[in-house]
Amino acid sequence: MASLAALPLAVVGQVEKGFIQKRTGSACQGKPSHLFCFDWARENIDRYGTPTLQQLELVAISIVIGFVVAFALALLAHRRRWLRPPLLAGTGILYAIPSISFFLLLLPITGRSRETAIIALSAYTLQIIFRNVTVGLDNVPASATDSARGMGMTERQVLWRVEIPLATPEIIGGLRIATVSTIAIATLAVFAGAGGLGTQILGEANLTFPTTILIVIGIVMAMAFFFDAILLTIQYYATPWRRARAS
Amino acid sequence: MIGIAPLFASFGGAIEFILTPQTSNVTGGNTVGGLDQVIELMLAQLEVTVLALALSILIALPLGLYLGHKGVGEVAAVGLGNAGRAIPELGLIALMAAVIGVGLGNLTIALAVLGIPPILTNTFVGVREVDAATVQAARGMGMTELEIVRKVEAPMAVTSVFTGIRTATIGIVATATIAPLAGVATLGEFILGEDVYGTDGVLAGAILVAVLALVLEFSLAALQRRMTSKGLKLRPA
Repeated sequence: MASLAALPLAVVGQVEKGFIQKRTGSACQGKPSHLFCFDWARENIDRYGTPTLQQLELVAISIVIGFVVAFALALLAHRRRWLRPPLLAGTGILYAIPSISFFLLLLPITGRSRETAIIALSAYTLQIIFRNVTVGLDNVPASATDSARGMGMTERQVLWRVEIPLATPEIIGGLRIATVSTIAIATLAVFAGAGGLGTQILGEANLTFPTTILIVIGIVMAMAFFFDAILLTIQYYATPWRRARAS
Repeated sequence: MIGIAPLFASFGGAIEFILTPQTSNVTGGNTVGGLDQVIELMLAQLEVTVLALALSILIALPLGLYLGHKGVGEVAAVGLGNAGRAIPELGLIALMAAVIGVGLGNLTIALAVLGIPPILTNTFVGVREVDAATVQAARGMGMTELEIVRKVEAPMAVTSVFTGIRTATIGIVATATIAPLAGVATLGEFILGEDVYGTDGVLAGAILVAVLALVLEFSLAALQRRMTSKGLKLRPA
């Protein structure tokens, strides 16, 4: 163990040796005390367009895939209850594997690509959506499904016209958590070689330049709140009976 | 698609990197990898994860219990949980390193920023969901407010609290992977230092981080089962 100190700790070493250098050639050159350099931001805001769109695309595709798969699995587990524990455990494992690790484990198989990022990101959403859909379907009062059956609905009609609509708040709740988390985590897609806003942080000069880091954090969080608000609006219009009750 | 053979070679190389120290052109003639270094870095990642988790619990658990018991601050407690999910981990660590500085202490605080929201929100929600009649019964039996929190609300909120702690742990241990950016060597050293450790090192880092995260997740699940009061376990779920 004594020789460990002599081992090259590449990244840490770089940081300590002045890996952290002041960005040169910018409007804020020579003013390292600037936490946020508005001049630089104004001049360079263009460079965030493409990464933002890349990140949006990754998130949108991953959420759609994650939702379709998790929703199908939840319906399956709703019919066949014994499937629930293994599905919960399986999606739980996918959820627990750190995204960076997941991206890199896929690299030998799918290479540095958008697909690699999408597989890992959609796998990450499964647990959240699966759990919310099953909880939502469980919480539908038996009286509602009994009434539906009494009205002569088939099991399929009960599912699509009664159970799923009544579970909408939980389903959208899961979708909101999954979307917001995925928007934030997609910043790490840079490790999968899939671009995104992480590219604007993970560069030697960027790492020490608070302005660009703050811009990325700002864009990511604004994106997350924007999509959260959209999903909340969808929920509002998708569940008119809740409004009727409130008024 | 690639064949099975190169796939085996990739993962085989990574396993070899974990088990035996190696010197090669890729590594610039330095000796890297091997169990000693792997264990050292894994313990470092575990250390910073445990520190950040402890700090998160120390702050979020009492606060969540208090707010939940009083029934105040719902907007703040739940809103913080939502906002916490939207923080990009990479941005948080980079910002902290660039503005506040590098090192274990700063990193612990940054990681706790990720850990506090889920624990606070889940503790708050767990306590709020305890049946009001149960709390009234406890009060009627002459319990003080502190006893109600300790003996009634906290045990009944264990499942929810643990959901928060597990979410926090997953986020913290995952983010501890990029700790080398903040000057703390963890398993991320292999991942971020491809120049030195080669592709074998990167893949080895990914495997080790996944193993560490899963071990933590399974340990917490087991701990959760032990912490759940026997009386509550008997109840049909």
